[in-house]
Amino acid sequence: MLQYYEPEKDFGTPPSLATETVGLMIDGVAVDVPVGTSVMRAASEVGIKIPKLCATDSLEAFGSCRMCMVEIQGRKGYPASCTTPAEEGMVVNTQTDKVAGLRRNVMELYISDHPLDCLTCPTNGNCELQDTAGEVGLREVRYGYEGNNHLDAEKDQSNPYFTFDPSKCIVCSRCVRACEETQGTFALTIDGRGFESKVSPSQNEDFMASECVSCGACVAACPTATLTENTIINLGQPEHSVITTCAYCGVGCAFKAEMRGNTVVNMTPWKDGKANEGHACVKGRFAFGYATHQDRITSPMIRDSIDDPWQEVSWDEAFGFAADRLRETQQKYGPNSIGGISSSRCTNEEVWLVQKMVRAGFGNNNIDTCARVCHSPTGYGLKTTLGESAGTQSFASVAKSDVIIVMGANPTDAHPVFASRLKKRLREGAKLIVVDPRKIQLVDAPHVKADFHLQVRPGTNVAFINAMAHVIVTEGLEAKAFIAERCETPTYDQWAAFIGDKQQSPEATESITGIPAADVREAARLFATGGNGAIYYGLGVTEHSQGSTTVMGIANLAMLTGNIGREGVGVNPLRGQNNVQGSCDMGSFPHELPGYRHISDGETRGTFERDWNVSLDAEPGLRIPNMFDAAIDGDFKGLYCHGEDIAQSDPNTHHVEAALSSLDCLIVQDLFLNETAKFAHVFLPGSSFLEKDGTFTNAERRISPVRQAMPPQAGLADWEATMGLAKALGVDMHYDHPSEIMDEIARLTPTFTGVSYDRLDELGSIQWPCNEANPDGTPTMHIDEFVRGKGFFAVTEFTPTDERATRKFPLLLTTGRILSQYNVGAQTRRTENNSWHDEDILEIHPHDAEERGIKDGDWGGIQSRVGDTVLRVKVSENVQPGVVYTTFHHPFSGANVVTTDNSDWATNCPEYKVTAVQVSKVVAPSSWQDRQKKFNEQQLELLKGAKRRDETARQPG
Amino acid sequence: MSENSIDHLVKMANQIAAGVPVAGTEAKVDGTASHINKFWTPLMKQQISDFVSRGGEGLTPVAAEAVARLSN
Ligand code: SF4
Ligand code: SF4
Ligand code: SF4
Ligand code: FES
Repeated sequence: MLQYYEPEKDFGTPPSLATETVGLMIDGVAVDVPVGTSVMRAASEVGIKIPKLCATDSLEAFGSCRMCMVEIQGRKGYPASCTTPAEEGMVVNTQTDKVAGLRRNVMELYISDHPLDCLTCPTNGNCELQDTAGEVGLREVRYGYEGNNHLDAEKDQSNPYFTFDPSKCIVCSRCVRACEETQGTFALTIDGRGFESKVSPSQNEDFMASECVSCGACVAACPTATLTENTIINLGQPEHSVITTCAYCGVGCAFKAEMRGNTVVNMTPWKDGKANEGHACVKGRFAFGYATHQDRITSPMIRDSIDDPWQEVSWDEAFGFAADRLRETQQKYGPNSIGGISSSRCTNEEVWLVQKMVRAGFGNNNIDTCARVCHSPTGYGLKTTLGESAGTQSFASVAKSDVIIVMGANPTDAHPVFASRLKKRLREGAKLIVVDPRKIQLVDAPHVKADFHLQVRPGTNVAFINAMAHVIVTEGLEAKAFIAERCETPTYDQWAAFIGDKQQSPEATESITGIPAADVREAARLFATGGNGAIYYGLGVTEHSQGSTTVMGIANLAMLTGNIGREGVGVNPLRGQNNVQGSCDMGSFPHELPGYRHISDGETRGTFERDWNVSLDAEPGLRIPNMFDAAIDGDFKGLYCHGEDIAQSDPNTHHVEAALSSLDCLIVQDLFLNETAKFAHVFLPGSSFLEKDGTFTNAERRISPVRQAMPPQAGLADWEATMGLAKALGVDMHYDHPSEIMDEIARLTPTFTGVSYDRLDELGSIQWPCNEANPDGTPTMHIDEFVRGKGFFAVTEFTPTDERATRKFPLLLTTGRILSQYNVGAQTRRTENNSWHDEDILEIHPHDAEERGIKDGDWGGIQSRVGDTVLRVKVSENVQPGVVYTTFHHPFSGANVVTTDNSDWATNCPEYKVTAVQVSKVVAPSSWQDRQKKFNEQQLELLKGAKRRDETARQPG
Repeated sequence: MSENSIDHLVKMANQIAAGVPVAGTEAKVDGTASHINKFWTPLMKQQISDFVSRGGEGLTPVAAEAVARLSN
């Protein structure tokens, strides 16, 4: 879907959602529009463009510029068409001599205080002010520049991604309103009145010092060059664009990659993208520079041992070397001694190929994915209770919610575009219950305040969720009819007896969870009786030894209150990475074929065996942590690691490093020489999302196209590289384009039967299940019936985690994320996003800090039973006494040197959210950090060697 | 296999026995056995079964009973 660059059509005001319509005449053309539509939009619908400046269809009409005046028969004066609703029988004239003259006068006033440097202006060719001056036929400016003006106003270049040039501002307030309505941050105001009025971030600060989160909504809304992307300033206007999907978080925003040749000039959020509807965050909008970063490795490399320098080779040599090593390993240690790990950052098509190569080529089921360490409990918990391993709603559904629980998630940082939707609904009056040990931003944000912040102690979610259900059951607030009709009665009765027991009551669990019983009671009553109740949760739920149990507890709560099967309700896992949902759907787990069908199911296996012309092992393979154990035991010797940095992201780094060091053959496919690659024998250069075709599936089960905007830097896209390796292993695999892989996915996966690239082009995106029963996809699941038939109430007994605070390790460390960085930071650290967060910080409560003689900015040594590391300390009341918090975006932080391999009982998802630690004041880095630094230097040296040799080889003669 | 790895398996089996989302000992044993069956590799199942036949010290009664059922 390559297009010549053209800004998307702007209807001037947002659409009305009313179903009733009114009929009117505009310039002699009859128009029917929904009640509440503005005259401006009605005109636009029939192709009549009324000049405008302060209006844009992503924002409510404001009516300040007077450019859009029209004449309406029977009405006095010249009403603004953006703020005038269309009415039945109205007769509108958009162009009369009178309005033309008035508009010209208004424009003349604007231009008299506007620099006339259009030819050298960065938005030349894409400026609404310029276009509107053209539309109104401005020919002269009678007022000179001698009077007061703003032409010398100083630029604000503090933000690394956009520039604020106030000399060009027409004070239309679009930026201010975008920051309020679209983003919900309220960072901008119009300061002063009349001539003095100007746009100002926070209290007259510069953008970087203000509350601005750099989402870019104001930049997109600005009709002039006042707010402009620096890439546009530096590179000029784009000439074509490609519609694609963000490769960062699980919101899956749609973007137009706006290009000049093969260079990305701008990533503009796509208005028709259903996940984001034209909004974005600092990561997807601006942090794309990593794709062309000098650290990208663009040639395949091999080496015999990790102490040898890398050798650059051709793709075919690399495939041959890797395949030989894998086969030798299997000959020596048995067929199950090798396996693969796929990544939730990769496309569905790539993930499909990786699992196919493992099952068909390696001949075992040793395939796992990084979703193991984030949302595997979601898959297990929702499948067990509701019957499908996926969230139940669309993001847009939150606009109909009345009471919203956000549990163990931090949407403003980790899922920012969803957070903007959520905040909008909260500003409209919906109630909010935050369940989190930390005071996340939503607890007290501009114009948003949580009704309850239940500060649950890390590791006690199950006790809390049970207490909520206990209140509802014992106070008779459950949705009796829904339960009787939609859920299994015998299991419900068993569960009700369990949950009704006093042991689960808020009073009994208060000492466990640390949440006052009265608050739990009130919150439970609110959720059960406050209208549409929706639950959003994240890794603060899943990454626990009882992660799966909490997920089931959440599903219980939704069923108990009848909050499932319509808009505004539901169970909504907020997925971390862009394709967590997709990588799970595509059969990346060692026990499951695509579509969540167990490998022991002979019929399903048979379908694959016939299609792939191989026989498949019926027994489950190794999960990632089992792979590590087996590696240390010497049973597991070869690993293909695709787009995933296990050395940095998995817990208990010492254990992971020991496992990686004991492999005979580690093949890493990635953009950069990541931490894992430093232990590798084969490096296959990966391609960024801009360099390939494919699809991602977001947290709403929405399959969205990823489209190639530039050629792969290393010559092959990831799917081609995997195909090359598979062929070298003798697997019969040939595709000319990823669309053919999708055809295979559709052929073999019942929930994807109706999906194809043609359908994706037609619909923009598709929410699975998409099949004969739901040809256009399924926005809301479980409407009349659960996928498993009747809902299952799981008995969710609370078991305390082994990671308990002790005298030796008296604090609980919990980990999280920050807005500007993404996961292990491999991408965002290689962009200007580092301006916001260039190191991981340990947050500690003032009380705990004082006890240890630690001050803000000191170095804190953090010790757990498996390791220790050192981080800079921030003393903060965002955490409770007894809890410390950090992020893990930087490799030298070594946050995972401290986390243990304690894991979820059902899925082995690591318990990142709870580690018992001690913190003390130190002056030097930890010994691991010292070793890590040396190892890193050594590995980079070995990499340099490879580059030099290549350069010599390329010298002529 | 290393002691560390068998410790892991024992811990996993105990966790599963405590975590299966059903009420009553019989249902828990059943649930644990079927969970292990569904998610563990043949080698892991073999290793834990051998461990049980050597006494299975450290396994909770539900976990031990479930493992015993695996080998039948
Ligand atoms: S970039 Fe976003 S947060 Fe910052 S001022 Fe603009 S709209 Fe507000
Ligand atoms: S900065 Fe742009 S959007 Fe904001 S008031 Fe000025 S011209 Fe309007
Ligand atoms: S990181 Fe997430 S919220 Fe931000 S633009 Fe990408 S998909 Fe959207
Ligand atoms: S566009 Fe209508 S008043 Fe500005």
